[in-house]
Amino acid sequence: MDILVYLRVFAIGGAFCLIGQILINTTKMTSARILVCFLLSGVLLETIGVYKYIRDFGKAGATVPIIGFGANLAKGAIEGTLENGLLGAVSGGIEAVAPGIAAVIFIAFVVGLLATSKTK
Amino acid sequence: MSEPNKRYLELVSKKMPKSRHLTTMFRAFWTGGTICMIGQAFTDLYSSLPAALPEEDVSALTTITLILITAVLTGIGVYDKIGAYAGAGSIVPITGFANSVVSPAIEHKREGVVLGLCSNMFSVAGPVIVFGISSSVVVGIIVLIFKGAFV
Repeated sequence: MDILVYLRVFAIGGAFCLIGQILINTTKMTSARILVCFLLSGVLLETIGVYKYIRDFGKAGATVPIIGFGANLAKGAIEGTLENGLLGAVSGGIEAVAPGIAAVIFIAFVVGLLATSKTK
Repeated sequence: MSEPNKRYLELVSKKMPKSRHLTTMFRAFWTGGTICMIGQAFTDLYSSLPAALPEEDVSALTTITLILITAVLTGIGVYDKIGAYAGAGSIVPITGFANSVVSPAIEHKREGVVLGLCSNMFSVAGPVIVFGISSSVVVGIIVLIFKGAFV
């Protein structure tokens, strides 16, 4: 366990959340808009080839925030296209994030069935 | 906007303490950073497994673990408390995405499983998935056209 790596993770991950908080404070954006903004920035940064440097530096600090999810989508789309042409262009992105999306849906469904809302 | 309304808003923005911005920003920074460090801890744990998983599997497992933890914390009502303190620190990480799916699922359950739980699950995550998948297809087509630049 390398302390320096964890410091970098903390700094990069924290910085993304800080940007998100500034957006909330100054523009009153709802969380759905914030998530979409970060996601699209991730797609853009990965496509122009910048995000891999952020990922190499920030490790989980760059992959845990939703911007890393967007970068992952773009990465999958690029790799899919280079391997399988048009079919890869269509399916590459969702293939890359399929484990995450499937897990979110399944886990939310199960927890939703089990949990009861206490407030309201 | 009417004149008294405008003056009222000016007064509000003048009276509102400036330090609130700094406080919320500080909270978002350290909670968000900490969630990412927890993610890094799981990444290190899964990479050190004897099975020697490839990097993509490790990252997918980390994501699933964080989603699972968030879902449980949301289910027992803890994540909302973290969110009230952390602001964007609890929204921007993937845990915020998971929370945005689980939270309406629980809230709307009493309207029925199909029309309540399942259809409201995507009130926040829906736009994210629509934009995400659409933009990835656009990226794919761009790569298809300008293949030379991406090899």
